[in-house]
Amino acid sequence: MAKRLSILVRHALLFLGAGIMLAPFVLMISISFKPPGEVFAPQFTLLPQQWYAVENYTAAFTRVPLARFILNGFLVTFCIFVMQAITALPMAYALAKLRFAGRETCFTLVVLALLIPPQVPAIPLYIAMWQLDLLNTYAGIILPSTISVFGIFMMRQFFRTVPNDLIAAARMDGLGEFAIVWRIMLPTAMPALTAFACLSFIWNWNEFFWPFLVVQDEALMTPPLGIAFFSNAEAGTSFGPLMAAATAVTAPLVLAFLLAQRAFVEGVTMTGIK
Amino acid sequence: MRSAGPSARLLRAEALTAYLLSLPAFLLMWAMLLGPAVSVVLLSFTDWNFGEASLRWAGLDNYTELWGDRVFWISLKNTIVYVGISVPATVLLGLLAALLIESVSHGKAFYRAAFFLPVASTLLAMALVWEFMFHPTVGFINQLFRALGLPTADWLQNPDTALFALIAIGVWQNLGLAMILFMAGLKAIPKDLYEALAMDGTDGAWERFRRVTWPMLGPSLVFVVAITAIRSFQVFDTVAVLTEGGPSKATEVLLYTMVQQGFTFLRSSYGAAITVIFLILTLCLTMLQTIALDKRAHYG
Repeated sequence: MAKRLSILVRHALLFLGAGIMLAPFVLMISISFKPPGEVFAPQFTLLPQQWYAVENYTAAFTRVPLARFILNGFLVTFCIFVMQAITALPMAYALAKLRFAGRETCFTLVVLALLIPPQVPAIPLYIAMWQLDLLNTYAGIILPSTISVFGIFMMRQFFRTVPNDLIAAARMDGLGEFAIVWRIMLPTAMPALTAFACLSFIWNWNEFFWPFLVVQDEALMTPPLGIAFFSNAEAGTSFGPLMAAATAVTAPLVLAFLLAQRAFVEGVTMTGIK
Repeated sequence: MRSAGPSARLLRAEALTAYLLSLPAFLLMWAMLLGPAVSVVLLSFTDWNFGEASLRWAGLDNYTELWGDRVFWISLKNTIVYVGISVPATVLLGLLAALLIESVSHGKAFYRAAFFLPVASTLLAMALVWEFMFHPTVGFINQLFRALGLPTADWLQNPDTALFALIAIGVWQNLGLAMILFMAGLKAIPKDLYEALAMDGTDGAWERFRRVTWPMLGPSLVFVVAITAIRSFQVFDTVAVLTEGGPSKATEVLLYTMVQQGFTFLRSSYGAAITVIFLILTLCLTMLQTIALDKRAHYG
């Protein structure tokens, strides 16, 4: 009896906690369906009396180029991930499986770079982008993120678990080291690489700090920047369209997270570092 | 007959391949991370403002100015208050959530996803939802507080409450990360320890926690505290979009001051000095973590 009660209490606590965690999401979607009059109504209702979803979402996509922001988000995150993967995989393989002088030093540098918060290089990078005339360009947004020491670290840890026999057999078959990286290691590393892809996508989709510094042109804005811009332009009055925009920006992420939850959680658990 | 080891020629070839494979990442790492990090330290010892043609070595001038800068001290204090409150809150709530979820047999996946969803969502978009929740008249929070007979406020516009409102958002966002890391730590605790405890005749939930879970969770705890602290130090997005450091500098935090000085006022070298302070504080946290883990952190 006491045991059943204790389980009930636990569920009640968890349910309350989950409710608080999810409340902002529920509120966001609810407001995105409501007309202005109901948003400021003194009594909160979950569903609108008068459905206003079409108007709000249309406003969100027409008052600012929201579709463009979202496309920019996909373009930027895609380029960043591809660059991160093609630079991190070979180095991770070399660090894990090849013998060369300076391997320890190189790994130490990776760990050291891992300790530097991403905002620290901002001022020199900004100056460099200015010198190269890359401020306010896609290249300017993408370049600083093209290297992921986190990715190198994560893939190295994974490659260390791959049996040496597999590599020895590939060498026996006459494969060169470059071919080994792309034809043997890459397929084996797919689960780890997927986890890294999820993390990279979510982090770079949400990245605000660096795009906020380098982008002024509306046409180049990434989703977080675009939504901040929208919020500024509307100055806290039209919550309906704003919440519609917030929902549209968050939706790809939540979908990606729900689809790849296991990979994502495993990736975070491996190091937990941004 | 097999040779005793790989020949020198083969080893040289292997090393050469390794260098070629590592080269792109190595160059990018220096160009985008290590090089700029070194430059920011050097820049902080000059008097350079953005766009100026000449640059003069200024020694510790920027740091002396920081020492006498009222806004910098407010910013440092706010950052420490932010970290000092949000870290214990995030860690304790994350631990509680992890323990509760591990202790039930139904609905684990749902609870885990619910608590973790804020970590994966766009903070900027969610910050705007929170702005609405903190709205003085129609905001969810004031409506709830009014219903419960608690005092209400214009949370984000009141200097006494603004920082705490941002802390609440920060805890909400990072709690799920702490929870996931604790759940990984809990899974690593050998089951026979609990069985041994049950054999001894002590099987209460509190005894199990006090005698097995808590001591065994030590390394995870240090790790979670360090990760949460480092992330909290980086608070910027919510400040930039919700309060802009105000009202009357109540939410001025280190990174926001750095951006103001380095990018808005174009005082690059002064901004660099603030960056250096920020970097030192972060590295101190990492060092404390390493010491707390008894220098057993190796990545073999």
